[in-house]
Amino acid sequence: MPTVSLTVNGNPVHADIDPRTLLVQLLRENLRLTGTRVGCDTSQCGSCVVHMDGKAVKSCTVLTLQAEGTAITTIEGLALGETLHPMQQAFRDNHGLQCGFCTSGMIMTAVDMVRRKGHALDDHTIRRELEGNLCRCTGYHNIVKSIAAGARAMESADPLRRAAE
Amino acid sequence: MYNFIYHRAAGLRQAQHMLGEFDDAKLIAGGQSLLPMMKLRLAAPANLVDLGKIAGLSDIEPDVRSISIGAMATHFEVHNSAVVQEALPALAELAGMIGEPAVRHRGTLGGSIAHNDPTADYPAACLALGATIITTERRIPADAFFTGLFETALMPDEIITAVSFPLAEKAAYQKFRNPASRYAMVGVFVAKHASDVRVAITGAGASGVFRVPAFEEALQGRFSPEALEGLTVSADGLTGDLHASAPYRAHLIGVLARRAVAAANERNDRSDEL
Ligand SMILES: Cc1cc2nc3c(=O)[nH]c(=O)nc-3n(C[C@H](O)[C@H](O)[C@H](O)COP(=O)(O)OP(=O)(O)OC[C@H]3O[C@@H](n4cnc5c(N)ncnc54)[C@H](O)[C@@H]3O)c2cc1C
Ligand code: FES
Ligand code: FES
Repeated sequence: MPTVSLTVNGNPVHADIDPRTLLVQLLRENLRLTGTRVGCDTSQCGSCVVHMDGKAVKSCTVLTLQAEGTAITTIEGLALGETLHPMQQAFRDNHGLQCGFCTSGMIMTAVDMVRRKGHALDDHTIRRELEGNLCRCTGYHNIVKSIAAGARAMESADPLRRAAE
Repeated sequence: MYNFIYHRAAGLRQAQHMLGEFDDAKLIAGGQSLLPMMKLRLAAPANLVDLGKIAGLSDIEPDVRSISIGAMATHFEVHNSAVVQEALPALAELAGMIGEPAVRHRGTLGGSIAHNDPTADYPAACLALGATIITTERRIPADAFFTGLFETALMPDEIITAVSFPLAEKAAYQKFRNPASRYAMVGVFVAKHASDVRVAITGAGASGVFRVPAFEEALQGRFSPEALEGLTVSADGLTGDLHASAPYRAHLIGVLARRAVAAANERNDRSDEL
């Protein structure tokens, strides 16, 4: 079996894997990082979004072998100890989730969005940027609110956290 | 997904060698079309050759009258390239309309045109701009490259290395998205060059991307939306499906072509004022 080496949430990972192993399978089944979800397995829903070298990708549509040498961040890698990431806190404060299935993908997409588009995000921008993420519960309204609030909060987050990003 | 043997190519020569050497081998670039197809077992290559770690395949280089974009440049990179935004803003905009952010971070120019999905965006840009597809073997004009649904002039062991896009005097792309998939239900790319005008349509052709000579002639006389007034495209040879009938797509082509011409003119007016 081929081997793969990559970093997940700062920890080095080496594994022997079936070549078909999708990145999301490595995360969930080998590493037991089950915060990343599989909603569709057809690249549509975005519940599997993680960051690969700092960019949002759909981990159901990346072979683990393609991720050789990369640094992956999952939802489990966002909080600093007991302190939630400002985007996680914003979803909590703004009721940005109901069943929570889509939430990790939404939050990973949101953090990526802030990196690319900045801290002042209007509704239109947020909704366009969420084209690849589906939620079957919330009707999106509170997700959009959460992301706008989280984006602002990331700006004033402590310097330690910003340095970590 | 059926099993396969995975090979990571360190360079182009090695990738070519692997394609020649291994049975039923296929390239993988961003995997944003190939992996979904493999999951559905619509593709089941025995060997997969990954281009992802080859250095230098995603460079974007300006030339005097064209820009060369490496095959492995992602949609994200093309959309955000200062060079493309400056010299061919219509192309930068098009790249930013493909799929959504996560897909744009992985999907590549080379993969998109090699796949030649009849609803993909890049083929329209290649055809309207009169691009040249550069491979490990030769240079192929866009007019000869897209040969049918999911079919191209590429030979089995041939690898796209870059696409050279001639700069246009004016250009714009208008896309009417399928509301569910976000692919083009119809996409129209218009480009005014020094000697001619080219209009390319994606999303609508039953055999893939195509040009509209009647529109091109009219626009050559006068590059304005009014020049297209009263001109229509026949619904024969267009796709009709549950999303849109062929006559509806034919109608959209006219509407979007006029909008694209207006957008191209508007952009130029704006930059003249600067
Ligand atoms: C949810 C979703 C939405 C999308 N929406 C759109 C959209 O709106 N518009 C659009 O245009 N596309 C869309 N796409 C497709 C996307 O643009 C793909 O990235 C693109 O079609 C394929 O590029 P890739 O790099 O991922 O190629 P891959 O999937 O890796 O490969 C595709 C094919 O190209 C071949 N190939 C790859 N690179 C080369 C090369 N250098 N030389 C020769 N052959 C090569 C492969 O062998 C394979 O047959 C979408 C995809 C998804 C998953
Ligand atoms: S599980 Fe990856 S996009 Fe739905
Ligand atoms: S909260 Fe249930 S799917 Fe989004």
